[in-house]
Amino acid sequence: MKRGRVMRIVTLFIALLLPVLRAAAQTADQPEMADALRQSGKIYVVVAVIAVVLAGLLFFLISLDRKISRLEKEVRD
Amino acid sequence: MKNNWWKGLAVVLLLYVAAAGLLMPVPRLAILNESIRNLYFHVPMWFGMTAVLTASVYYSVRYLRAPTPQLDILSHEAAKTGIYMGFVGLATGSIWAKYTWGAWWTNDPKLNGAAIAMLIYGAYLVLRSSFQDEQQRARVSAIYNIFAFAAAMPLFFILPRLTASLHPGAGGNPAFAKYDLDSNMRLVFYPAVIGWTLLGFWLAQLASRVAFLKQKVYDKQLA
Repeated sequence: MKRGRVMRIVTLFIALLLPVLRAAAQTADQPEMADALRQSGKIYVVVAVIAVVLAGLLFFLISLDRKISRLEKEVRD
Repeated sequence: MKNNWWKGLAVVLLLYVAAAGLLMPVPRLAILNESIRNLYFHVPMWFGMTAVLTASVYYSVRYLRAPTPQLDILSHEAAKTGIYMGFVGLATGSIWAKYTWGAWWTNDPKLNGAAIAMLIYGAYLVLRSSFQDEQQRARVSAIYNIFAFAAAMPLFFILPRLTASLHPGAGGNPAFAKYDLDSNMRLVFYPAVIGWTLLGFWLAQLASRVAFLKQKVYDKQLA
């Protein structure tokens, strides 16, 4: 049950990122953009690093939220 | 847990924005280049700040109608979160300005308006810390909070439109006309605004709950 929900969220996440593929199909013209980074594929490294940092921060926030909930329960009793 | 779905939404949206914000196609514009992607991070700070400060004023008004210590805490913590987001907005805007306009700060009406508004909110914190009596502190800072909001919002969003300005969304420009043409950017920008705003509310909620706990423990020690 739980796994099904996680899979659904992951699928949704990947589906949301589909338009990225269209960017890869575009050719370079006029003003410079970070094409080289994208061609060599290394921009994904940066994306991964940012995602890890953000995920870490959000995880910290969630665990802080839980700790406060537990403390609230203790104070109430 | 049932009431926490919006925190999950914030997590999903922010992770999506981090990935899509860097990878999705953006218009190719000179000077801006890839820095156009700052739109997904700099602008939502101001949206989030406005939303959280609005919540703060809402609690201040409720406090003045029927005073409780809880309403004062909610209003104070929301205001603090809004101020944090505002300062992050100023800092990110300054970096963006350096690499597109060539200076960390310009005497632009939009920038100076935002800086003055942040100073007005800084005075809110100073004012709060200058009271000994709790009820007096709560009442006066609730009143000041309403005035601060009424003074800051025109400085952010109305006055800069009345004169010439470099900043998009000022000097008579409709805010996102240049970028709004691009529907790809909207796919990231709107989730970014919602995600960062929800994160602001999440932080304000956590800070308020810690303050509630502190108060409860303090009351118990006195009893």
